[in-house]
Amino acid sequence: MYNQYQDYLRTQINEIKEAGLYKHERVIVSPQGAEITLDTGQKVLNFCANNYLGLSANAKLVEAARNALDTHGYGMSSVRFICGTGDLHKELEHKLAEFFGTEDTILYAACFDANGGVFEPLLTSEDAIISDALNHASIIDGVRLCKAQRYRYENADMEDLETQLQQAQEQRFRLVVTDGVFSMDGNVAPLDRIYELANKYDAMVMVDESHSAGVVGETGRGVTELYNLKGKIEIITGTLGKAFGGAIGGFTTGKREIIEMLRQRSRPYLFSNSIPPLVAAAGIKMVEMMTETNELQDKLHFNTKYFMEKMSKAGFDIKPTQSAICAVMLYDAKMSQEMATRLLREGIYVTGFYYPVVPKGKARIRVQLSAAHDQEHLDRAIAAFAKVGKELGILKQ
Amino acid sequence: MSYSEKTRDLYLSQLADIRNGGIFKEERFIHSSQAADIEVEFPSGSDLKKVINMCSNNYLGLSSHPDVIKAAHEGLESRGYGMSSVRFICGTQDIHRELENKVTEFLGTEDTILFPSCMDANAGVFEAILTSEDIMISDRLVHASIIDGMRLCSAQHDTFKHSSMEHLEEKLLLHSNKRLKLVITDGVFSMDGDTAKLDQMARLCEKYDALLLVDDSHATGFIGRTGRGTHELCNVMGRIDIITTTFGKALGGASGGCVSGRKEIVEMCRQKARPYLFSNTIAPVIVSGVLKVFDILSASTERRDKLEKNAAFWRKGLKDAGFILKEGNTPIVPVMLFNAKLSQDFSKELFNEGIYAIGFFFPVVPNGQARIRTQISAGHEIHHLEAALEKFIKVGKKLGILGLTKDQIIEKFGL
Amino acid sequence: MEENNLNEMKELIRNYVIKEYIDDDDTTITYETPLISSGYVDSFSMVSLLVFLENKFKIKIPPSKATPEAFDSVNNIVALVNQYLNK
Ligand SMILES: Cc1ncc(COP(=O)(O)O)c(C=O)c1O
Ligand SMILES: Cc1ncc(COP(=O)(O)O)c(C=O)c1O
Repeated sequence: MYNQYQDYLRTQINEIKEAGLYKHERVIVSPQGAEITLDTGQKVLNFCANNYLGLSANAKLVEAARNALDTHGYGMSSVRFICGTGDLHKELEHKLAEFFGTEDTILYAACFDANGGVFEPLLTSEDAIISDALNHASIIDGVRLCKAQRYRYENADMEDLETQLQQAQEQRFRLVVTDGVFSMDGNVAPLDRIYELANKYDAMVMVDESHSAGVVGETGRGVTELYNLKGKIEIITGTLGKAFGGAIGGFTTGKREIIEMLRQRSRPYLFSNSIPPLVAAAGIKMVEMMTETNELQDKLHFNTKYFMEKMSKAGFDIKPTQSAICAVMLYDAKMSQEMATRLLREGIYVTGFYYPVVPKGKARIRVQLSAAHDQEHLDRAIAAFAKVGKELGILKQ
Repeated sequence: MSYSEKTRDLYLSQLADIRNGGIFKEERFIHSSQAADIEVEFPSGSDLKKVINMCSNNYLGLSSHPDVIKAAHEGLESRGYGMSSVRFICGTQDIHRELENKVTEFLGTEDTILFPSCMDANAGVFEAILTSEDIMISDRLVHASIIDGMRLCSAQHDTFKHSSMEHLEEKLLLHSNKRLKLVITDGVFSMDGDTAKLDQMARLCEKYDALLLVDDSHATGFIGRTGRGTHELCNVMGRIDIITTTFGKALGGASGGCVSGRKEIVEMCRQKARPYLFSNTIAPVIVSGVLKVFDILSASTERRDKLEKNAAFWRKGLKDAGFILKEGNTPIVPVMLFNAKLSQDFSKELFNEGIYAIGFFFPVVPNGQARIRTQISAGHEIHHLEAALEKFIKVGKKLGILGLTKDQIIEKFGL
Repeated sequence: MEENNLNEMKELIRNYVIKEYIDDDDTTITYETPLISSGYVDSFSMVSLLVFLENKFKIKIPPSKATPEAFDSVNNIVALVNQYLNK
């Protein structure tokens, strides 16, 4: 059989290449950080990691992981409910609940799995999920695995959300689902208004804080902090794979009974390995560090503000936001690729995004700020952007 | 917010049903490294108890092997903690590639792609390579993660009776008009410990022009003469189109999984598999550990040989004592108790005696087929097995089931 | 449809279900036994039942009608088949 299939796949792969959508991977030989080394030997400043708090190679986190390796070994070799639950898992679950001001937390191998496994155990065909059109792929997959009726509203469009909520009144329970920060535009979900509408139309709310936890809100508790909704949102999902250290792991945190139900029925929790103890240990350390001081959060907020102001001043078209994602709009797909290539030559590592990842004619460079960046890094990036922007005729000479 | 009354009550009553049904999953907290001897807090809040672990997937005893831990330490030092990125943005280190190549070499395939877990590998692979013109034909006992992957794929699906080659052939004939046919099985079935008939399956797939996917999560590292997996055992290395497996069991047990197989299939997964494109990659520290695991396995077959001896010793001991076992040739040795409550009582008694083994019942296994699933490890020494055997016999006597036939047990305890 | 034919059809479908899906002899399947909701037939395995019905009764059941509910008992299946037999 394979021969025939091989031909079919080769054609498909060629089509992907011809459409310019083939994904290449750049190989990094150093730890993740503000400055990284590529396998070509080139040292570049990294502006495309989700390393928002600069914890990916933080010495204290590494030390916590190393200690756990010594006390708790390398792997658990088990799912949670057989013999894969360590004291560190339990502690991290408590710590995260405290951090978000929720009642309980359940850990997953990734937020992809948290989102994949949250809907099916909680909702049936009698219920409704009302989901933002730009929600993350893992939310979409989770919804696909659930029998609830599906409603979709345009990105952050509150009128549309209200319409959908009205249409969903027939169902038993309603759950509105949104990303906290949308990763392509960096815009923050209007959670205050979502919450109001949810109250008005008797719905629960779920927020994926993957790009907002550690980032948004004065102390980095996410969009629930920004809008003063701590403890009021039924379900929060998030990742340990971005701001929170960047290794692996995800979680769902929220109402006690919901979390308890997930422990009994959520398939990625029941049928996949528990996270290794060293990841739990580093997670605990991370929460401790963020609770002790606000240094990292403050620095990230400073960096973001600084970068966006300077870039705007330089003449770039920037989408304003309270997240650490800065979309530099170029509109033209080719231009976004050319710009990224030239910036890399200048030692600035960013990624250009274009259709179908973002809408047609909305190509852009996505810059992600980090507390690991020093002002000097930011200045170098801004200067490089200005230089390349002029070369490409985006900025006036 | 509709949570306050109605919703809470709904979930509370569902949870009460689960509790009353006796199928509430209670977690036991382990305070030590994963190994033959562990320290457990159970029930929550009680003093730590030293027990022998008879139910982990730590088949090769590598979960807390000093060399693996050392390699992880070095990985942390040289590569930091996390990548904070998906693979194709800035989440690929040279060691990720190195691990992919190692797996390819070990399994004897053409190429490999890493996933955060084998759950994710299985969740992503089908949709990436099949469309609605195709059909997936799976063994009825495949793992839940494969089922979820198939649910996410628009191809049609059908099943064949567990390991029934006649039924599989019927299904291949029935669906002969489909563009692509993908036959799907576990290599070793985790609840029964039996192995798929990969030689016959490969032959059938070749005859009927179908692709073959094997989830070897419970085999990679120890099944087959040099531990390559079920395809080695069945002498069909190079004839399996797709192998999925995990690093979360025998291979150190931390986390991570992969799809390994035909080059173009792997390439397609890199372009299209959603958990690969939209989820973080395996952390460098874990990659470093798994790399060391492969070094250990490639240097000698000592650990899998010991595992084989241990499993044979254990199987014979239980059998001679008069327990009913599921036949098989793997380190998964299910002790059949049939009655769900009996399996729970047995597990509790064992725990009191210092032996940690879990009872499984419907819906994890078919109704009336409750069991204690024991899993043997190369981390067990003979003295562990002897001690565990003694306690199994003690509990077996106490509950009065030694030497009984299936019918007698059912008569005594009900179904 | 005549009583006789109806019973024959029920028996035919019941036998197919037993042969195709039920492995152990202890299980009895009546016309009312929930097949899918009680786990005897998983929703993936419905395809072969669908193909069997279509071939046997020379009918075409649209995928949208081949729901787990419609397949959940022999009686339900007979009702479904009859909808399309009479067309
Ligand atoms: C056959 C099989 N496949 C896949 C998995 C999931 O592996 P992971 O823990 O890497 O998600 C398991 C683990 O339970 C399994 O038994
Ligand atoms: C909004 C959102 N949710 C979930 C995820 C997945 O997180 P993880 O890497 O933990 O699977 C991501 C990461 O890309 C994300 O952006």
